[in-house]
Amino acid sequence: MKLTKKLNKVFSKNKGPKKELNVEQKITRRNFISFGSFLVLGSAAYGGWRWLYTSPEEVAGITGEAHKPLRAVLNANEKVVRQLYSNKNLVKTYPKAMAAKVVRHNSDIGSEGLVDVDAWKLSVKKSSGEVLNIGIDEIRKLPKTEIIYDFKCVEGWDQISHWGGVKFSDFIAHFKLDAETEFGYVGMETPDKEYYVGVDMPSAMHPQTLLAYEVNEKPLPPKHGAPLRLIIPVKYGIKNLKRIGSINFSNNRPRDYWAEQGYDYYAGL
Amino acid sequence: MKVIKEKHPLLMRWTHWVNFPILTIMIWSGLLIYWANDTYTFTIFGVTFIRFFPQGFYDALHIPKRLAEGMAFHFLFMWFFALNGFLYVMYTIISGQWRELVPNRHSFKEAWLVVLHDLHIRKMAPPQNKYNAAQRIAYTAIIVMGFGSLITGLAIYKPVQFNYLAWICGGYHLARIWHFVLTIGYVLFFLVHVVQVVLAGWNNFRSVISGFEVIDEKPQPVIQIQNDETNQKAE
Repeated sequence: MKLTKKLNKVFSKNKGPKKELNVEQKITRRNFISFGSFLVLGSAAYGGWRWLYTSPEEVAGITGEAHKPLRAVLNANEKVVRQLYSNKNLVKTYPKAMAAKVVRHNSDIGSEGLVDVDAWKLSVKKSSGEVLNIGIDEIRKLPKTEIIYDFKCVEGWDQISHWGGVKFSDFIAHFKLDAETEFGYVGMETPDKEYYVGVDMPSAMHPQTLLAYEVNEKPLPPKHGAPLRLIIPVKYGIKNLKRIGSINFSNNRPRDYWAEQGYDYYAGL
Repeated sequence: MKVIKEKHPLLMRWTHWVNFPILTIMIWSGLLIYWANDTYTFTIFGVTFIRFFPQGFYDALHIPKRLAEGMAFHFLFMWFFALNGFLYVMYTIISGQWRELVPNRHSFKEAWLVVLHDLHIRKMAPPQNKYNAAQRIAYTAIIVMGFGSLITGLAIYKPVQFNYLAWICGGYHLARIWHFVLTIGYVLFFLVHVVQVVLAGWNNFRSVISGFEVIDEKPQPVIQIQNDETNQKAE
């Protein structure tokens, strides 16, 4: 107490005799400081918001149509989320009775109309340049895995549905594609190349990721992606490409239909 | 004689005001997301009372067809929302301010008296320190709700990686509904809050910016009355 009084005396020397502020002056002074900073920082916050809201769109490439700073945040979030990702984290599964009888269908892009299942081949582009052309019967012979889980659409709806097919990791092992899993990404496209997705390798190799050829224990109907579609429970529906025509592997992010339209590339769950 | 009485510490004032625009942006971007699948209704015995939301509401706020944008904003401001809430809670705990905030064993009875008083049914207001009993309950509840939004939000954001959070929320589907209900709760809280602030007047409002209230204190009597009731009203 004594010390502060002394200090006060020292510092107030230049300003002449120190006059204690009365209550009214104190109130005015404190209000001025508080409301002043409130106004200044409030304006700065508003300015910051306007800057963000009117910030330019990113240059269209693998991703597009998002505000530039927001795309940077989506990509940064992906880095954080990937740290949390583990193939041991499984999507919850349900008993068969809970699976929807009528499975919701949202989009036809790349899988319109009918497909000639017998003529259909899945083409897998290996890094050596070699291309495997695989018929649906060959895939059906592989060990079958079924999953009944809550399918989640980026729009917000979810539905418990029942899918059957071959695990992507079993498919990789059977066709001796282990070397390709060293790449960072898997790209998949529909035969007409109208719809395409890129999936990071860890998610593709997740034990619940399927190349599905059945829904509710029956062969996929055309609208659900006959004869073969991707079922990847660690991603939103937008990554679950229907009617797969080709699979490729790369270290750069493969093109992705919805990432080009402002959505998060990772889209992981 | 006018006396300055300290009320809200700086950090509590700032986290309060920082939260306001952040929550506004979270609710707005949440609406951009919700629009993409606006299926929630309030239905009892097959009668739908409320459908969220009328088309005019969406159009007036330019909500439609902005899902991707909504998600991008939501997943940026979620960080600020969480950080700001964390600061407030940590400060409240460390500074001991929680004693003024968390309801005590009298609060639930007294809160009822506060409500009666505010509705002009009862003349006497129950004793008030920094917060009255109703405020203690409301302001603690809103913090718990904020925590709820964080948990349900994470459960929706990464339901497989945070599958235990999704489980706590009763699954992904239910987590989304809780998340939505909490937001409706904020809006209702806000409406009551603003009315109460307006009714409480300038002195109270200023204290959330300047930190203090000005009270008119009568000259001290020689004999100090033990239970000093400074019955200033504050919301």
